[in-house]
Order: sequence, then C-alpha cells, then structure tokens
Amino acid sequence: MNQKTDLKKEKKPGDIKKTVGKGIIYLLLTLWALVVLFPFYWMILTSVKSYGTYNSEFIPKLFTLSPTIQNYVDAFTTVPLARYFLNTVIFTLITTGIMLVVTVLAAYAFARLNFRGKNLVFLLFLSLMMIPSELVIITNYVTVTSLDLRNTFTGLILPSVTSVFYIYLLKENFEQVPDQLYYAAKVDGTSDLKFLWKVMIPICKPTIVTITILKAIECWNSYVWPRLVTDNELYYLVSNGIQSIRENGFGRENIPAMMAAVVVISVPLIILFLVFRKTIMAGVSRGGTKG
Amino acid sequence: MKVALQHLTKKFPGRGRKAREVIAVNDFTFEIPDGKLIGLLGPSGCGKSTALNLLCGLLKPTDGKIFFGDEDVTGLAAEKRGVGMVFQNYALYPHLTVMQNIIFPLQNLKGPDKLSKSQLREKAYEVAKLVQIDSLMDRKPAELSGGQQQRVAIARALVKMPRILLMDEPLSNLDARLRLQTREEIRRIQRETKITTVFVTHDQEEAMSISDLIVVMKDGMIQQIGEPQQVYDAPANLFVAKFLGNPPINTFDGAVQGGKLYIGGEAVMEVKDVPDQQVIVGARPEGFVLNRDGAFTCRLKGVEVMGRDISVLAEHDSCHDPVIRAIVSAESQVDLASASVRFDLKPGKLFLFRKQTEERIG
Amino acid sequence: MKGWLYLLPAVLFLGFFMIYPLIDVFVYSFEEGYNFASQTYFGTGTYNYKYVLRDPYFLQAVKNTFILVVITVPLSTGLALLISVGLSSIKPLRQLYQTVFFLPYVTNTLAVGLVFMILFKKTPYSDGFVNLLINWFGGKSVDFIDGPYWAKMFVLCLYTIWVVMPFKILILTSALASVNRQYYDAAKIDGTSGFRIFRKITLPMISPTIVYLIITGFIGAFKAYSDAVALFGTNLNGAQMNTIVGYVYDMLYGSSGGYPSYASAAAIILFIIVLTITCINLLVSKKHVHYIS
Repeated sequence: MNQKTDLKKEKKPGDIKKTVGKGIIYLLLTLWALVVLFPFYWMILTSVKSYGTYNSEFIPKLFTLSPTIQNYVDAFTTVPLARYFLNTVIFTLITTGIMLVVTVLAAYAFARLNFRGKNLVFLLFLSLMMIPSELVIITNYVTVTSLDLRNTFTGLILPSVTSVFYIYLLKENFEQVPDQLYYAAKVDGTSDLKFLWKVMIPICKPTIVTITILKAIECWNSYVWPRLVTDNELYYLVSNGIQSIRENGFGRENIPAMMAAVVVISVPLIILFLVFRKTIMAGVSRGGTKG
Repeated sequence: MKVALQHLTKKFPGRGRKAREVIAVNDFTFEIPDGKLIGLLGPSGCGKSTALNLLCGLLKPTDGKIFFGDEDVTGLAAEKRGVGMVFQNYALYPHLTVMQNIIFPLQNLKGPDKLSKSQLREKAYEVAKLVQIDSLMDRKPAELSGGQQQRVAIARALVKMPRILLMDEPLSNLDARLRLQTREEIRRIQRETKITTVFVTHDQEEAMSISDLIVVMKDGMIQQIGEPQQVYDAPANLFVAKFLGNPPINTFDGAVQGGKLYIGGEAVMEVKDVPDQQVIVGARPEGFVLNRDGAFTCRLKGVEVMGRDISVLAEHDSCHDPVIRAIVSAESQVDLASASVRFDLKPGKLFLFRKQTEERIG
Repeated sequence: MKGWLYLLPAVLFLGFFMIYPLIDVFVYSFEEGYNFASQTYFGTGTYNYKYVLRDPYFLQAVKNTFILVVITVPLSTGLALLISVGLSSIKPLRQLYQTVFFLPYVTNTLAVGLVFMILFKKTPYSDGFVNLLINWFGGKSVDFIDGPYWAKMFVLCLYTIWVVMPFKILILTSALASVNRQYYDAAKIDGTSGFRIFRKITLPMISPTIVYLIITGFIGAFKAYSDAVALFGTNLNGAQMNTIVGYVYDMLYGSSGGYPSYASAAAIILFIIVLTITCINLLVSKKHVHYIS
C-alpha cells in the first residue's frame, strides 16, 4: 500500500506538465481552426441575412434570427450565375477529359514503349516543368487573339490542357507495373492500346483518379487565363464571374447576395473534397502545389 | 543488476468494434540473476517485444511490478531507468556521425553530471574500442555495413553505463555468416562488461547458443525458463519441445499400455511408472538408432547426406508430419533398395506428452 | 514509330502552347514598339526592359511583391511547422483538425477573398467585423481595403498565409509522420528532453521537406496575383497593391492594355528574379540540410 502511494507521488508532476502541454496544443490548433473556419461561417451567415438587415447592422451581428434565401434567388436571377456555373462545369469537364487522354498516352509512351530520342524528349519535358506559366501566357494570349478564339470554349480550353507534372507522375506509376505483365500480354497478342486500357489503367487507377481530381480543382479555380481571353459575360467562369459581380453586379454593393454567390461557387469543391478527402490529401502531398 | 518481474501483465485494447483485448504479456514472474545474458524466445506475436518494452519503460504495465535490484522501477519513466536499448533496425540517427551517435545519450546529462568535450570523446572511444569500431568514428551510418551499424548501436547503448542492456532481435537484420560472428561478439561484450542483458529473438538456435538462460514464450505466457541445454533435454510441454531443436522434433500419436509404449501397434519402448493412456510421443532426430531388428518400423523415403551425418527420411502413419527425420552417423549403412527401415529409440531423446494438456509426463 | 504516335498529342500541345510561346516571349521582349493590331515593330533592342524598369507602377509592384515574399514565406512556414508538430502529437480529433486545416486549399481564391474583403472593409454603413474586434480591444477603426498602405499590405499578407497554409501543413505532417518512431524511442530511453529531440532529431530529419517548402513558397509568393485581385479588385495599380505578375497581365490587357512587349520584358525580369532566389536558396540549404541517401 505504502509503495503505491509513493508511486503516485512520483508520477504527479510529470502528468500535470503533460496535461498542460496537451492543453496548449489543443488551444493552438483550435485557434487556427477558428481562423480557417470563420470566413466560411461569415460567408454563410451573411448570405442568409437580408439586404436591409445587413446594411442596418453598423456593428455586425454574429448570428441572425431571420434567415432568408432571397439572396440566393437574387444571385441566380439578377446576375448570370447559373451561366458562369455551367460554363465552369463544361470547361472543367472538357479540359480534364482531354488532359487525361493526352497524359495517359504520353505517360505510356515514356514508361513502356521504346523509340529513338525518348530520353532526350523526356529530359525536355522535365525541364518544361520549371517554366512558369507567366512566361508563356503572353504569347498564348496573342495567339488566341489573332486566331479569333477569344470568348470561345476552344480558346479557353486548349492552352489549359497540358500538365507536364501529371505526365511525370503517371509515368512513374506506370513504370511500377511489372514488365512481365507486358510481355505476357504481348505473347498473347494483345495490342498496346488494349493493354493500356485493360491492364495499365485499372492497375494505376488511384493515380489517375488523383490527377483527375487535382486537375478539376485547378480548372474550377482558374482565374488568370479566363480573365484574359473572355470579356463577354456569356463565357465567364466562376472566378472572373465573381470578380465581375464584385465590380458591377447587383447594382450597389449588395453584399449578402454577393456572399450567396460565393457560397454557391464554393460548395461544389467543398463537397468534392469531403467525398474524396483521402484521395485529395494523398494526391496533394505527392506533389500538388496551389495553382 | 538483478532484475525481477512480479506478475507482470500487459493488456492492449482490441482493435475494431468487436475485437477482444489482447493480453500480450500474461502474469510474468521470474528473476534474472545479475550479470547474465537472457534470451526471450518465442514465435512472432508471442509478446516478447512487449515484454522488452515493459522492461525499458516505453510501455507501462497493466499490472505487476518490475524491480531492478531492490528498486521498484514500475512507475519510472524510460529515461530514469538507466537502461540501454539496441533496436531491431538499430535506430541510428542517419544525419549524425558514428561519434555523434555514440555521445548522443551522454549529451542529455545536465547540471553537475554534464560532461566536457574531452570527457565525451574519451568515453566514446572507450566503448568504441570495446565493440571495435574506433576506426569508423567519422562515418555516417549509411556508410557502414549492417554488422558495423549493429556495433555502433551497441556502443550507443553501452556508453551511458546502463544498469541493464536490452536488445530487440539484434541479429535479424544480418546475413547468415555475419549473424554467427556477431552473436559471438555480443557474448564477448556481455562477458566483458558483465551487464545484465536481455535480448529477444525468434531464432531458437541463436538463443540457445549464447544465452545463460532462456525464457520460452507463447501467446503471452511463459512456457519454460531454464538453461538452454536443460530446456532442450527436458521440455515442459509439446510446444517447447517443438520450438527448440533443428531439425525439429518428430511427433507421433501413441499409447501407453502395461508399461510399454506403442506407436501404431508396435511396442517401441518400455516405460515404467506411466499409467495407461493415450499420449503424444516426441522423438528428437538424434534419438534414432538404425537397427535391422529395431522395434520401430517406418517406410523408407530417402537419405540426405550432409557430410558429418546422414538424415534418414521416413514415413509412418502415426506421425503428425509427412516426413520423419532421423539423424544417424555417416558410417551407418542404409539399404536404399529396401521399402522399410527399422530403428531403436534412445530413451533420453524421447518424450511423452499428455494428449489433452500437451504437458510432458514424468 | 508507335512511341511518337502516343506522344504526339502531348508534343503538339506542349509545342504550341509552351515551347513556341517560350521562345516567342524572348523575341517580344526585344522588339521595340510592337503594335498589337498591325503586328509591326520599329526595331530591336533593350528599350522594353528600360521602360519597364523605369515604370513607377512596375517598381511599386516589385516592392509589393518583395514585401509579400519576405513576410509570408517565413511566417507561413514557421506557423505551419508549429501546427504540424502540434497535430502530430495528438491523437483524438486529429483527423478532424487535419480536414479543417486543409479546407482553404479547395476553395476558390477569388471567392473567399471577397469574404476577407468584407471582414476587413470599412464602409459608411459598417466598420466591418475586424474593426469591431479592434474597437473592442480599444483601438481605432482602420480601413484595410481602401485605407493606408500598410493596412492593405497586412490584409494581403494575412490572406496569402491563409491560402498557402493547407499545403504546408499537409506536407509537413506527412514528413513528420514518416520519421521512424524508433528514433524517438531510442532518444527517450536515453533521457533526451523533448526540445532536444525536436532540434537534434526531428528538424534534421525533415529538413529536406522544409527546404522544399521554402523554395516552393518563394516561387509561389513571387507569383502572387489572384489574392490581391480578390481583395482589392482588378485595378491594382490604382490601389497601389499590384504585384509583378499583376503588372504583366495589366500590360497585356486591362487598364493599361495591349503591350505584349512590355509584358514580356516584365515576365522575363520576374523569371530571372525567381531563378536567382531559387539558386541562392539551393546553395544555402545545401550547407545546412541533411539528405538521406
């Protein structure tokens, strides 16, 4: 019995220190979580306050007792938000689709096929990864303008397709598929295209899903290129759409309606994230960067 | 330093919703005499690594006590126990040189115990000489062979003069030849330093060859404790008998009737003082003697010549394994054309186990 | 050859939209007085560079960009390290925190920037939420969006950090998780203090990751643009908040409109700055970083 109490005495100071340490850690993490979440809360909160309520609150309230969906109605009726939304969906789907085909084919060529100059071309591809988009966007802008492709989906999509990094990522993954599978398929008389479709793609599905999602996020959030090549509302994407709403939508400063539009734009990606949380986080930690 | 365990128990909560808790270490009570080398032996998952982690303090026991000498260290944190530990993968810090790795534990000392640079150097060289790596002090771990890394890990564990030294599978990452060499080395170092040493292994040969005492474990329970030869010659139960020895022991279904042991209808041996019952018979490979008129008949399958001696491979309907392996001296003549082979069995190499409990009879 | 056939789409896209423009941008940058409509120019020379380097808007943009880089890169990396270490040392709720911390990565920079704007903006109707807090602590209201330079810079830095944190936290947490537990066990048995474990074991082990984050952080911050647009609108020159990339785009299109030559010169200057800083980073880090072969 005596020994037991001794034991407890010995343990105590360390335990208190530990608890305090843990407490500080949780406090810090919670603080940052608040910083992250607060803008989201504010945007939802503001989007359900009525125009009158919002503007009469000189001291903004942290909650509202009479939520309204009027702002969402306004967002869809007074500005072509649905149009922006649809444009972005089309843009994202087509760009990601073409990117996938181009990337899979190129990665397969690098990983599996032998041809003259392969190493040289691959080296060239790798060095292209270091080229900042700001350098090439100038000529692309001039090209698209002189081809009369401004305010068209073609002009929006084509320069946005290529991603050297994804080719590299997929090539690395393709190379992990054992050679024996390829030779076995060859012996059975399988064509390269069929082998790619039936064997490589199913085996490397996780990587393909990852680059698809990353590209889709990139497309959904792209701002610079759409802003340069579109000045017709009919072809705005959500990013430059929201910018135009900010600058001249809703007449004078209808901030609640603006926030409703912001919510509408943000929700698809947040849902995508919550559904594919693990894939996205694993994909980004394997080498995504923002933008 | 004498080490004593009293009713030491460690339970882990089960993973998943319906999983039951796992008892990794179940009611360990034994004493390790001062200055001995102890092998904790058992198949993987038997709780031997958990036992080691309890000793060094990385895990806290659910129940029971640990004493180093007369001091109760059960509630003491790992760093206050004064133990040295050699990890399975050595855990050498890859960004530090051999020298920096070795002095790392000493640099943790504070206040009056703090050592000067020259003292640190001196201590590091002293222990490096002991394990014979004093010429490698400026290398990084990645530039060393597996055996050298092992020595650095031992040096790092020894440099702070631990009260006891713990090793987790110290040889498992070495190739076969190095393993033989290194285990001699561990034996030598332990003899020279006289530090009570506990090591964990799943390799019975390793444990048998260098330990003063072995502790055989299974499913968190101690099966038997003793000197290696003594455990080999008198296994407490069928598990211990099977686990020790290479090639492994041959086991048969048998019966004792009227003072005689029967295997498949043949009376193979006299057994006194054993009441009539069904038994499991264990016969060590070296317990077979070829004899044209032997009492035990098996179907001959073949012969493997291994230089010093011969393995006779045979079959028997009562045998638990597909092949019986008997080791006989190289001079023995085996008639390969014959369909059967007959043996006499040596009494000291044959054990009887109760059918139900698998405990040894006698 | 079959290989080339598979590669063809990628080569076409890259050739047309990356390699050709890359060469072209250098050509543009030396063509003086290039006229967009008639596609003619007077002569070749370094006039475009001289013009850009003398343009007060460009100098303002360079100043803004450097301030942004110098403030946000160390702050965000340090804060991310702190948070990641915290995250790695807890068990309950870890997943939840990780998910929350990652949220800004998947949000539209322009859209959430608007939220930051209304949080910080001072209007005749309301001083905004942040000023409410400031008043609450006894300070005076500041207009962070249309007000003094440093107030605007503060919001820009804050928003930039908010945007880049998820990536850094994610990368650092996975780097921390990949450090073998045995090193910590070994150090603990030897009685190493928590701080010493962090300094002598954790930091060296994850130092390649930290360098990677600092380098990509520098590159990313030098290319800042959409954060600024989100907060201050498209007329960044007017708000004194333009960045180098913003200057490039403004030269192409927008208020100052249609000078690809100047835009090219500015873009190349940016590229040279980024390249120089990256090289310096690599040289410095080589001395201090441990790479596990």
